Amino acid sequence: MSMFRLFSSSRPEPATAPIARERLQILLAHERGMRGQQPDLLLLLREEILAAVSRHVALDPDKVIVRMERGKDISTLEVDVELPNGFERSLAAAS
Amino acid sequence: MAKVLVVTSGKGGVGKTTSTAAIGAALAQNGKKVAVVDFDVGLRNLDLVLGAERRVVFDLINVVQGVAKLPQALIRDKRLENLWLLPASQTRDKEALTEEGVGRVIADMRNNFDFILCDSPAGIERGAMLAMRYADEAIIVTNPEVSSVRDSDRIIGMLDSKTVKAEKGEQVEKHILITRYDPARAARGEMIGIDDILEILATPLLGIIPESQDVLRASNVGSPVTLNSPASAPARAYADATKRLLGETLPMLVPAEPKGLMKLFARRAA
Repeated sequence: MSMFRLFSSSRPEPATAPIARERLQILLAHERGMRGQQPDLLLLLREEILAAVSRHVALDPDKVIVRMERGKDISTLEVDVELPNGFERSLAAAS
Repeated sequence: MAKVLVVTSGKGGVGKTTSTAAIGAALAQNGKKVAVVDFDVGLRNLDLVLGAERRVVFDLINVVQGVAKLPQALIRDKRLENLWLLPASQTRDKEALTEEGVGRVIADMRNNFDFILCDSPAGIERGAMLAMRYADEAIIVTNPEVSSVRDSDRIIGMLDSKTVKAEKGEQVEKHILITRYDPARAARGEMIGIDDILEILATPLLGIIPESQDVLRASNVGSPVTLNSPASAPARAYADATKRLLGETLPMLVPAEPKGLMKLFARRAA
């Protein structure tokens, strides 16, 4: 394998280090939450999303849902923010 | 007053014992009076790496239980008069190590040494807990590899919650020591980057020790790499890390890949 590598450097394999980094960041965010020493990632995300949207639109805090799906290959973060009707008008009024 | 350092990692085989021996010897070479303490009850190896395996009479458990006095159990290094080893027990039950007993021995040693280095066993069980329990500072040995980084994160969590310092509302000062760093793999993008590790673990870097045959050769002959081949890349990296522990500011050198012809040989050998 190493001899092979020596002569086939024109076709490098894709770098795997960035994948390692991504996987670790997601995993450790989860595990730190489980340990209870760091705030739960989802709770933190929910709070910050709520704060960011609330600066522009008045909304019901209960209508902000942040969910994480853990899959075998990938995990997804689902953010569901329900906005009240006529929020565009209140935005226009605010600006 | 002595400083108590724990050398820990969570994961096994990352280089805790090698690093304890190398840094312990380097501290002694810097004129400090140093004791290295093996906490790996049942699987002791620090004695072997230091070449003192045939001189062990009493051990940590003997001292904890009062069977032997501390000066009887401490083994003075034959090369460095400032370096002492307190070996672990190879046979006794690890339950014999009590928190209170370890506390007494460490407190006793604090009066007689500048540095006490506690070589932690792998894992997060009792032995690892006791090794870190009385630490003022921690060296977290991490390999640039996902499982090692994850375990280091876990250990950092324990250092921040289960040590005497943490329980008093103080902080154990933490340092990351990256070992078995392979420049060739780093250049190919196969190894998680140092910046990434430090960002993920949010802990400052003490040093980067390159993967090297010199480390293996040193342990073969029972001599810390900082003594056995002081001019080698890993020995210089350990010496620099030790100076940083002593408060010096040194530039952090990232081990580079050998160039040209050297590279060809290095790859072939790998």
